[in-house]
Amino acid sequence: MTTTLPYHSGLRAGRDGFARLLRAEWTKFRTVRGWVIGMAAAALVIVLLGLLTASGSHASCSVGSVEVACAAVPVGPGGEAVEDQFYFMHQPLAGDGSITVRVTSLTGVITYPPPNHNEIVPGVVPWAKAGLIIKDSTRQGSAYAAMMVTGSHGVRMQHNFTEDTAGRPGGVSAASPRWLRLTRSGDMLTGYESADGTQWTKVGTAHLAGLPATVQVGLFVTSPGDLTVKQADLGGSIEQVRFTQATAVFDHVDLQGNAPGGAWGRDAVGVTGTTDWERYHRPNGVQESGGTFTVAGTGDIAPRMDGQTIERTLTGVLTGLILVIVVVVMFITAEYRRGLIRTTLLASPRRGRMLAAKALVTGTVTFIAGLAAAMVTVTFGKQILRSNGNYILPVTPLTELRVVVGVAALFAVTAVLALALGAVFRRSVAAVITAIVVIVVPHVLATASVLPEGAAQWLLRLTPAAGFAIQQSIPGYAHVIGHYVPQAGYYPLAPWAGLAVLCGYTALALCLAIFQLRRRDA
Amino acid sequence: MRQQLHAEWTKLRTITGTGWLLLGIITLTLAVSAAAAATVSCPPAGCDYDATKISLFGVQLGQAIVAILAVLAISGEYSTGMIRTTLAAMPRRATVLAVKAAILTGVTLAAGTLAVLASVLAGRLILPGNGFTPAHGQPLLSLADGPTLRAAAGSVLYLALIALLSLGIATAVRDSAVAIGSVLGLLYLFPAIILMGPDQDWQRLLWQISPMNAGLAIQATTHLSSLPLSPWAGLGVLAAWAAAALLGGGLLLRLRDA
Repeated sequence: MTTTLPYHSGLRAGRDGFARLLRAEWTKFRTVRGWVIGMAAAALVIVLLGLLTASGSHASCSVGSVEVACAAVPVGPGGEAVEDQFYFMHQPLAGDGSITVRVTSLTGVITYPPPNHNEIVPGVVPWAKAGLIIKDSTRQGSAYAAMMVTGSHGVRMQHNFTEDTAGRPGGVSAASPRWLRLTRSGDMLTGYESADGTQWTKVGTAHLAGLPATVQVGLFVTSPGDLTVKQADLGGSIEQVRFTQATAVFDHVDLQGNAPGGAWGRDAVGVTGTTDWERYHRPNGVQESGGTFTVAGTGDIAPRMDGQTIERTLTGVLTGLILVIVVVVMFITAEYRRGLIRTTLLASPRRGRMLAAKALVTGTVTFIAGLAAAMVTVTFGKQILRSNGNYILPVTPLTELRVVVGVAALFAVTAVLALALGAVFRRSVAAVITAIVVIVVPHVLATASVLPEGAAQWLLRLTPAAGFAIQQSIPGYAHVIGHYVPQAGYYPLAPWAGLAVLCGYTALALCLAIFQLRRRDA
Repeated sequence: MRQQLHAEWTKLRTITGTGWLLLGIITLTLAVSAAAAATVSCPPAGCDYDATKISLFGVQLGQAIVAILAVLAISGEYSTGMIRTTLAAMPRRATVLAVKAAILTGVTLAAGTLAVLASVLAGRLILPGNGFTPAHGQPLLSLADGPTLRAAAGSVLYLALIALLSLGIATAVRDSAVAIGSVLGLLYLFPAIILMGPDQDWQRLLWQISPMNAGLAIQATTHLSSLPLSPWAGLGVLAAWAAAALLGGGLLLRLRDA
């Protein structure tokens, strides 16, 4: 008697199939002319809209009615554009040493603030600064560390424009003065504060690599412009900045170390013009009487926020994304509409792998299209912006790379999300609209509508549109007053965190799609 | 004509998606309006917000669902081949489109009215808690107030016009994915493109021809003089878009094979 065994193929299962699956999906994509055209159009629209925006953006500097070349913007030790303008009473200090001072008053004026814009009022802006500074030289943008009292953020230690450490909060007055001390020891600078000049508390340290042997040390006062923001009628906002001036009273100045002593050098670092207030009421400068110095200054020592950014050229991204979403959704839903999905699943019965192959193909194709488009747009857009007289805030090559690659990644991840939605819904309308409503619409509502700023920020934290944060090249700084809202290009999440939110949503959608694909009949 | 209307009504009524989409229009509009009203606050010093506009904010998202409803009404027929049966039964193609438009308008007006009334009610209940009180210079929302009534009624008309615009575009392009992409692109990209305009004159011009920006001028009750168009003229721009889309779609429907 013989028993018949069921047939077993001699071939081993698995392993070699995925490359073929990829090739099959790539062939499907490549051979539908409309999809290839759609993808190329997405890339093209980014480039064209970007260059169009750049060529429409003009800027110039003028004195009176005469157009002049714009003054060079100083660059800080970290490569970022900076504001470096203050009144500086200084002496050279060779080698190590320390300076101590007592601040008994910080007052000031704000010119023509709202609501009526018709008078000059006494007042100090929150980040008006007065205190001690040790600086490489009086050159704008050179390295420094400073101990200061501020308008309403208490005592701070700041260095090299971007770094800020908080000390004791509270204002300064004759009844409650602040003692400040700054010491140099090699490249290390340490800041201390005290309420009485005897009990000292360390606030922070700064390591300034490459500080020369002889530095400038002394007292400084500066006061940034007073910023207010009004909502513009057509969406967007109007920012207004007003001249302010701060005046601080110092005494008990004590400079230890190898300094010449005698008269102090007096410099208005970075000051270009004078306002009527300075001309007729109170000029910036120092008044000395018996060891008490009253110093008035205006300006700021901080990263500069005023200028164009490289992502300003990427205005076509939203339009490009809509095209990509439509093409990618059709890439999967067309299979259902034409019944091709049954053939596909017959050829590749492991459904998760099929979807993974599709995701890989769409992701790669859109990444390449997005990368090429973003690279061309940023490179040429920058040149056009510059030739139109715009100042572009400088960023490191690494940041620029992050913006370009990040936009490509934004495209690829969005495409995979759209693909997953297409697999879940199997109907193109539902998938396209869901993808657009979760990615494009929140961004439009947050940046171009009358939505209040708080709501706009939450939209860009919670929805997949958080991924747009990857294109922000200039960060907002807590110690610089600015209009940090999505409208102005500042996203509530850090660049990679924003992209991670989008990736999270995409992973969820992909899991759901694979789960549904396995469970349902095709 | 009554028979054709009845046929189209039966089609729309018996598709499973329609009920959900209508429910979606109402709930999404209400939810987004309520969320917008909940996030805004008016300090005692007074504020510059347009309370009516805020309480109708959900219309900006509700319109997306209206667009789906309208696109599916025609492109659904193309994807299943039903359009050939429809045209065999009703050979006069202009009539087909007109009947579809009429049914769609009726359904959208009904759902839109409920959505807008619910949003205004939500605004009336939520906004006073956030400082929108007469003491802060913001009277309570009320439909007895002329501009608010105009904004509310206009928002309902706005949704109906969006439905007609979407129907026209979908008739022209036939494929549902492309149609919905075009409609949403037209609606939502304009506001972003306006901000790129090189100067004020360009921005105002783009604003005036943008279907969403100009159309939603109907919701404004404050700063009317600073708008590039008056509320009704703005809604007129959207109506022109819808008419052009329907005309183009109708012509293509007449000229092409189904």
